[in-house]
Amino acid sequence: MAKNHRGHARHGSDIEVKSKFGAEFRRFSILRAKPGRFDEFYQLVQHVHRVPTSELIVGYADVHGDLLPINNDDNFLKAVSTAAPLLRVIVQRKEDADYNAFGTNSTLRKRKGLTGFPGLLKTHERPRPTRDISLPQDFRPVSSIIDVDILPETVRRVKLYKQGSDRPLGFYIRDGTSLRVTPRGIEKAPAVFISRLVPGGLAESTGLIAVNDEVLEVNGIEVAGKTLDQVTDMMVANSRNLIITVRPVNQRVGGGSGTLTTAAAAVTTTTTMTTQSTNGLLLPGPPEPGSYVIGNFTDGDSEAESDDDVIIEGGAGSLAERITAEDSERARPNGEAWLHSASDQGLWSSEQALNGSTRSESEQQRAEATANATTYGGHQRHSMEEDGTVITL
Amino acid sequence: MQLHFLPGQGRIVALLDNSIISLWEVLDKGGQSELTHIQDFTLPCQPGALPSVSRPTALCVSATGDKLYIGSEAGSVHVLQLSSSKFDDVLSQEGALQSLPEEYRVGKALGAVEAIREDPCTSTSILMGYTRGLLLLWDLNRRCLQRCLPGTQQLESVHWSRSGQQVTCSYSDGSYQEWSLDDSEEQKVPSLLYGPYPCKAITKIQRFITSGCTFVVFSGGMPRASFGDRHCVTVMHEREHVAFDFTSRVVDFFTVSGAKPGTVLDEPKVLVVLVEEELVAIDLMAPGWPSLTPPYLASLHSSAITCSHHVSAIPSKLWERIVACGVQQKEKHSSAEWPINGGVIKSQQRTSRDLLLTGHEDGSVRFWDASGVALQPLYKLSTASVFVTEADQPEPIQETDEGHWPPFRKVGCFDPYSDDPRLGIQKISLCKFSGQLALAGSAGQVLLMELNDEATEHEIDTYTMDLLEENETFRWKGHDRLIVRSGSVPLPAGFQPQLVVQAMPPASLTALALQAEWHLLAFGTSHGFALFDCHQRKPVLTKCTLHPNDALALEGPLSRVKSLKKSLRQSFRRMRKSRTTARKRPDPTTKVREANARLSEQDLPSEVELAPVQRRVEARSPDDSFTGMVKCLYFADTFLRDGSHHGPSLWAGTNAGVVYAYSLEIPTPEHRNEQTIHARFGKEIQLMHRAPVLALAVLDGKSSPLPEPLEVLHDLAKSPDLHGHHSLLIVSEEQFKIFMLPKVNSKHKFKLTATEGSRVRKASLVWLGTPGGNLAGTSGIVTGNDEAVETCLICLTNQGDVHGYSLPSLRLQARFSCMRKEDVTGISSCVFTHTGQGFYLISPSQFERFSVSAASITELLCSLQPREPEAIHAFPIPEYSPTVNKVTPEDAVETKKRGRVMENALLTDSRVLEEIQETLNPSLLTKVDIDMNQNH
Repeated sequence: MAKNHRGHARHGSDIEVKSKFGAEFRRFSILRAKPGRFDEFYQLVQHVHRVPTSELIVGYADVHGDLLPINNDDNFLKAVSTAAPLLRVIVQRKEDADYNAFGTNSTLRKRKGLTGFPGLLKTHERPRPTRDISLPQDFRPVSSIIDVDILPETVRRVKLYKQGSDRPLGFYIRDGTSLRVTPRGIEKAPAVFISRLVPGGLAESTGLIAVNDEVLEVNGIEVAGKTLDQVTDMMVANSRNLIITVRPVNQRVGGGSGTLTTAAAAVTTTTTMTTQSTNGLLLPGPPEPGSYVIGNFTDGDSEAESDDDVIIEGGAGSLAERITAEDSERARPNGEAWLHSASDQGLWSSEQALNGSTRSESEQQRAEATANATTYGGHQRHSMEEDGTVITL
Repeated sequence: MQLHFLPGQGRIVALLDNSIISLWEVLDKGGQSELTHIQDFTLPCQPGALPSVSRPTALCVSATGDKLYIGSEAGSVHVLQLSSSKFDDVLSQEGALQSLPEEYRVGKALGAVEAIREDPCTSTSILMGYTRGLLLLWDLNRRCLQRCLPGTQQLESVHWSRSGQQVTCSYSDGSYQEWSLDDSEEQKVPSLLYGPYPCKAITKIQRFITSGCTFVVFSGGMPRASFGDRHCVTVMHEREHVAFDFTSRVVDFFTVSGAKPGTVLDEPKVLVVLVEEELVAIDLMAPGWPSLTPPYLASLHSSAITCSHHVSAIPSKLWERIVACGVQQKEKHSSAEWPINGGVIKSQQRTSRDLLLTGHEDGSVRFWDASGVALQPLYKLSTASVFVTEADQPEPIQETDEGHWPPFRKVGCFDPYSDDPRLGIQKISLCKFSGQLALAGSAGQVLLMELNDEATEHEIDTYTMDLLEENETFRWKGHDRLIVRSGSVPLPAGFQPQLVVQAMPPASLTALALQAEWHLLAFGTSHGFALFDCHQRKPVLTKCTLHPNDALALEGPLSRVKSLKKSLRQSFRRMRKSRTTARKRPDPTTKVREANARLSEQDLPSEVELAPVQRRVEARSPDDSFTGMVKCLYFADTFLRDGSHHGPSLWAGTNAGVVYAYSLEIPTPEHRNEQTIHARFGKEIQLMHRAPVLALAVLDGKSSPLPEPLEVLHDLAKSPDLHGHHSLLIVSEEQFKIFMLPKVNSKHKFKLTATEGSRVRKASLVWLGTPGGNLAGTSGIVTGNDEAVETCLICLTNQGDVHGYSLPSLRLQARFSCMRKEDVTGISSCVFTHTGQGFYLISPSQFERFSVSAASITELLCSLQPREPEAIHAFPIPEYSPTVNKVTPEDAVETKKRGRVMENALLTDSRVLEEIQETLNPSLLTKVDIDMNQNH
């Protein structure tokens, strides 16, 4: 099979692909002008290596020799466009993938190791003891520092992802006074401060908020002039997607130079393992429309996400369906395809036949999360969930 | 501290507690009268003199109204010419002492001037009473002593009879003494009426010589040990002798005289007593001295107000029936005309009949005519008689009181001591078309009442509905349920209970909805909600909303209050009393205390620094307490299940942000008797922000709210648009959301709390616009629609602001600051009317009224022409006595007239009126004080 592909590799409009899986190499080519979608490519890779059922992690070596992942359409296109002329693809089984390999100089190191300087291998880091660490996709963000590029250094904008976590936000605020530099000199002004962090709470676990940090904004709205109770209410009302802008305690006027380094990246995200992450799953494909249900990786501060009210419909019998209202509003094109049934589910899986197993697992995961989010006392409803606009119970 | 009227001038002289004498005048401003501050006076004194020299203690206005006699604490009397604002004469104490005959001059001071009276006949002499008891009659023209009346006790009050011949003075030991000026030798011994044991002071006395006999009216003087805690005004005339026993401290009293000018004999007609909590008028002409019903200034808070409910545009028939029932209740009262009249009301005639219903702690509901400026009591309904309560046992103490000495008689309706807190009314719902009234109380009782013009006697059906759905794991730790009286219960004409539904556990009711068209009643507590079919008298549905972890909801809110037995209440009564019997004059110790208090206040910030207030920031969780509390219930004929069939539905919103919807199958009228009503679960909406749901409403296809039950049937509303898409408005504490029905997809929303940190406390849909079709675009909410009337959502936030939002786009149209955010009771007591007005309690006894609509304003416009002779006549000026706070009829008008444009300026043209009674207690004077300080 590989031979067939090799024949086409000479064409200028094609890209030669050298795919390495363990010790095996396969060569094939794809059209530069029309590379296709990632899932097709993924299927192709599975096919050429004759591992159609295994879950793979696909990476490629870029011009700098870095090993970069191919797991969606975008980075696949990037890989194709930068390939000159050969696209070197490295395929690993998901279960024994070495995630440390991704990153700067990874392929160079690897190549050195592989190209017959075994003595050098020792001087590099020894192969680390394999840890069961998942990919970023399997993490749920807990907090992030955002807008670093637009905010002054003394200010930090922290986003706490409460959604999907059963951990309490876990902090207290208090009244106080802060010194402000004004045209008239330094003035005292009433201000709101973090007064206490609850051990084990979300706020404490992030390490981005500290006691005596001054709260400047809540979700982009200035706190100045508002009472402690108002600020509390604002935070509670935004609790599912809380963005607090603080002046860290060591960054005050007249304070030290500060510990916060100016990161070049606009977003620095700290992540920790979610408790609900069931398995190390790489989800290929575009970001899913329903991901907000579990808050799996909600990016951005779109308003809608904090708003998915759950509606339980009383059916003819005791069957009730659960729909996320925001979602139906946003994603349903005709407003009629409303009650999906088991056949719809079948449709879904046929559309997404490439990653059917993945899909079903993610669905399960989501269903669990939704069930968590929407459990009420006294309601013992058999729940099953569907992706997309409709959730049937 | 004192108020004195300048007869016929429309002016008031007020003595403030900072020793300033302030002059006020009713001035005509743009056709309406306003009380305006004119000038301040202080007593002249030498620099470095004692403060007592410049501290006025007694005021007296001359009959001509141009002179003011001011007695000081140092014992001197100054004469102030009001026309020129100049002090032109002083009678110092030394001068008075020197003119005294030797035998009275025993080398000691006379004390402060306690009272000044002008000669009622000639105006050429004044009578000055000093604390030590000495009375001097001073000739003003000849500047010499005319007469000396040597009293020996500490003087409290002096009264000079109309004929100018008799002087009566009262003393601090509870005695009073009469002096006759024509026969200089006669001197009566002081009589101690309620002796022989020590008595309290008689703070004010009046003695009238009528044809044949005397009328003695005085306040206080009760035996100190046995009845020292009573607040009494005693009236004695011939053989009649009554000690009117009030429930709060007597501030002042006066009598309205019917005597013609120039006659010698007096003719007291009405005794008007201002007590701390109300104004009581007693008809002295009618036998038995019944009390008069005040046309305004009625006591709102005779029992504490627990809830209020406003119904606008009452059909005239129902209105007349309610009024007729109220008239029947007033039969025991005097039929005499209210004696205090004057001025012209220029406010517009009322356009509609509006009712304000107030529910009270003692289980009563009062109906007030809220159409005009003054709240008029129409009718009082009591639910206490339906239940077996502690008060049913006759009180032996009460019986011994009656018929004994002193001859007490209870008057006034202020009674803050509820016998059973379970009786309190929590929710009111009145259907103005059917005349049905639903009341929900503190112990799970729901009463359905119907108006009956006749008194009847019948048994009251009782039903019990278990909101826990027989869940055995819960145990209610709160108060017991109320027991409905068995057997026939005599019921007076008026609203009579048809049936009583008891929610179990008997928690306080938190939501109530009456659908008179479908004969359905829904109610909710912190445990769940229930639906009752009033026609078949059958329970239809119960739904438990309780979260399993919610332990707090199981304890009744009254569990602690309940243990307050009557004895305890009595002792509170005594404690309260001892606090209110303040001394007449501030003594130095209180000054020191005040200074200390001020100092400690200054220390306060540093303490705050030490232990700052913390607030926990935490997302709402289903485990929070009282999440199951049902906050609102709503009936609607709408598309709950699918878009093609509409039908009756019941909606309920809880504290946890959950909305339940049930579709109801109501049989046709022919089969209403046999077929039962079914409620089927329709929808459950969990708002993700989990804030309490405050209000629910369904908007029809044209985005106007569904009409009230029976409204369409009575041709008073257009039938709703059932063709377009209905939508559901959910108002939670944090957000407003509009969902399309039946699919419940979000259409519009407004996040209030997330953006500005204030939370919704009250919300209501109002109809704004002018009936005539001209839009009021000048201020308030701009109505830009073709229709003359537009619906909008108004809400009151916990910051005390009133916001107006357009429907259905939920855009903020207008916002006004309305109350102080610290005024928690004011905010929680607020009710909105359908026309964009609102009422809230600014004190336990006062409603303030405001309007967000430029088209619907209830404004107090009135004028007073003080210099017209008729006007003078209309105000029978009582004889002044400079005791504590003065009350005169004009006073009442004045205070109302001030009309207090709402201090926080809601709208330029919406004036907020302080009506209600009881504005004349010392709080008025503090207000005068405040205004004054602002002026300077």
